[in-house]
Amino acid sequence: MLEIKNLHAELEDDGKKILKGVDLTLEAGKVHAIMGPNGSGKSTLSYVLSGRAGYEVTEGTAQLDGADILDMEAEERAAAGLFLAFQYPVEIPGVGNMTFLRTAVNSQRKARGEDEMSAADFLKVVRAKAKTLKIDADMLKRPVNVGFSGGEKKRNEILQMAMLEPKMCILDETDSGLDVDAMKLVSEGVNALRDEGRSFLVITHYQRLLDHIKPDVVHIMAEGRIIKTGGPELALEVENNGYADLLAEYA
Amino acid sequence: MAVAEQKNAQLAVTAPVSGGWSLKAREDALTRLNAAGLPGRRDEYWKYTRPDALTQAQAPEGKFVSYEETPVFSEVDRLKIVFVDGVFDADQSDDLSLEGVTIERLAGVADKDIHWAQGLYGVLEANGQTPVSRPLATANTVAATDGILLNVTGKVSKPVSMIYLYESNNSDAMLHHVVKLAEDTEITILENGPAAARFNTVMEVDVGDRASFHHMRTQGRQHVRHAVTHMFARLGEESQFRSFTMTVNGTLTRNEAVIEINGDNTLAHIAGVVAGDGATDQGFHHDDTIFITHDAVNGESRQVFKKVLRNGATGVFQGKILVKADAQKTDGYQISQGLLLDDDSNFLAKPELEIYADDVICSHGSTCGAIDDAALFYLRSRGVPLAEAQDLLVLAFLAEAIDEVADEAIRDLLTVRLESWLARRRA
Repeated sequence: MLEIKNLHAELEDDGKKILKGVDLTLEAGKVHAIMGPNGSGKSTLSYVLSGRAGYEVTEGTAQLDGADILDMEAEERAAAGLFLAFQYPVEIPGVGNMTFLRTAVNSQRKARGEDEMSAADFLKVVRAKAKTLKIDADMLKRPVNVGFSGGEKKRNEILQMAMLEPKMCILDETDSGLDVDAMKLVSEGVNALRDEGRSFLVITHYQRLLDHIKPDVVHIMAEGRIIKTGGPELALEVENNGYADLLAEYA
Repeated sequence: MAVAEQKNAQLAVTAPVSGGWSLKAREDALTRLNAAGLPGRRDEYWKYTRPDALTQAQAPEGKFVSYEETPVFSEVDRLKIVFVDGVFDADQSDDLSLEGVTIERLAGVADKDIHWAQGLYGVLEANGQTPVSRPLATANTVAATDGILLNVTGKVSKPVSMIYLYESNNSDAMLHHVVKLAEDTEITILENGPAAARFNTVMEVDVGDRASFHHMRTQGRQHVRHAVTHMFARLGEESQFRSFTMTVNGTLTRNEAVIEINGDNTLAHIAGVVAGDGATDQGFHHDDTIFITHDAVNGESRQVFKKVLRNGATGVFQGKILVKADAQKTDGYQISQGLLLDDDSNFLAKPELEIYADDVICSHGSTCGAIDDAALFYLRSRGVPLAEAQDLLVLAFLAEAIDEVADEAIRDLLTVRLESWLARRRA
């Protein structure tokens, strides 16, 4: 599904090197988690993969089902099936959440040469999906993320994911700012989307999220590289012992 | 016949020889105009807008282009009054009769000895000359060739729609409208069209107690045209005044509004949306100059102006809220914002508050910026292509001002026009 090879990236502004050779292969239908200390490059990896400006890839490749996504615009990556659930979802005053969702869905359909979804069909689908995420009609009407609580914003991210049906989902610290109940709700939303044809890359600081979204593989990232890969037990190890041992081992 | 004496002997206006009931007002206006002189660049309120094209003797030549487009309010059930290059066109206009209002033409009743509009024609304009003089409005009072006089006596069932068509590249039009709303009455006035190569209009509006005045206007879509419009309004007790203007294109447009809140518990909302592209023909310059005076208790005023500018377009906002000492419990709000789509465009804002009462709420804000990169990336990351994402954010920016239009159907009509403007400019 996703194959990252020797990915190097730096900040465009000051040339600071953030990713220093990331290798990662994610098979279809699998959930991989990336954990790591602050500043290890986890979020940067998600931004570089999704095409945010401000980063320059200096070496390496990233392929989604064989297509080189690093050459694509952000919207092309999205149409190719990549989705990033933001750590800090952006507020867009003046754009209704519903308009936003419909524009996104239909833009992707158009880019893939599919028919656009009719307003009526769209409404039916979005209402059903919103309901399972406990997103009420009011939240759908309001401007995108404006005045949403932290939990509402994250639920809204998952709603977008459910509507867009991407094949490769990257969750960037989706657990940050969530209380226990909200985390459960969001995780259920994610789990409902787990599918043979869909993969997840879950970036998190805490093992707790992984109790809800059970990963197949756990990677530890430090200093811009994946330094260790293992099963779910690796997350527990981090939870119990912190990163110090792993970092020492790597050094 | 007299001629305004000007340093550079530019715009010379004359009062008609036989003006009937309006003659006195026209002659008085000429005296005032001679005293004030035409605006020049040194004038405080013409610092950001060059008045030359408006004050020169000859109208700058226009460049009429025919667009295959349905005029904006066509779908609205309305009474049509059509002017072509500033000249009334009876054939294209509806019969000037409508329940709740008497409709007359200024030119049509010029020879009458006395007329209800006598107490208003040039009167509200003259009141609006202090503390800031507006000589181009005075010139209009002197020399307006036609206009519509609306005597509103009830709730008018459908909008009165003034349509200004523009055909001649040398047209130089001056229209003067007077609207008088009796107590407890209501009217909606629509205006649309580019009017003339050069257009100078005055609308004087006297809103009686508990009356409601609604005004919606679009100024487009011809590029090469110059216009200065003036609205002078006086508001009685518990009355409502709402005015909205959308401008796309135009070499130079200056929209002035002078609103005086005279009665208690009154509401005055004025809003504007501007989309300007400086790359087209002779550029784009748009100026909103608003002056609201609170002279009564518990008045609410609101100014919402948004401008999206590209390719060296210039937007100007000069907005004032003056709260007199006795105007306690005033609630005044003003926001002016420019969205610059490139580094060449300009937004120049001069918000002013002058408050003499001590128990008021007044707030104002003015911002100027580019499209938010974070929002743009967010949209693109969801698959929305760059151009579409930009347009969506531009419309979102303009939404606060468009939302000032209460009528949802008209709001949608206006939004469609803006969408087309944006779509025409996609790379």
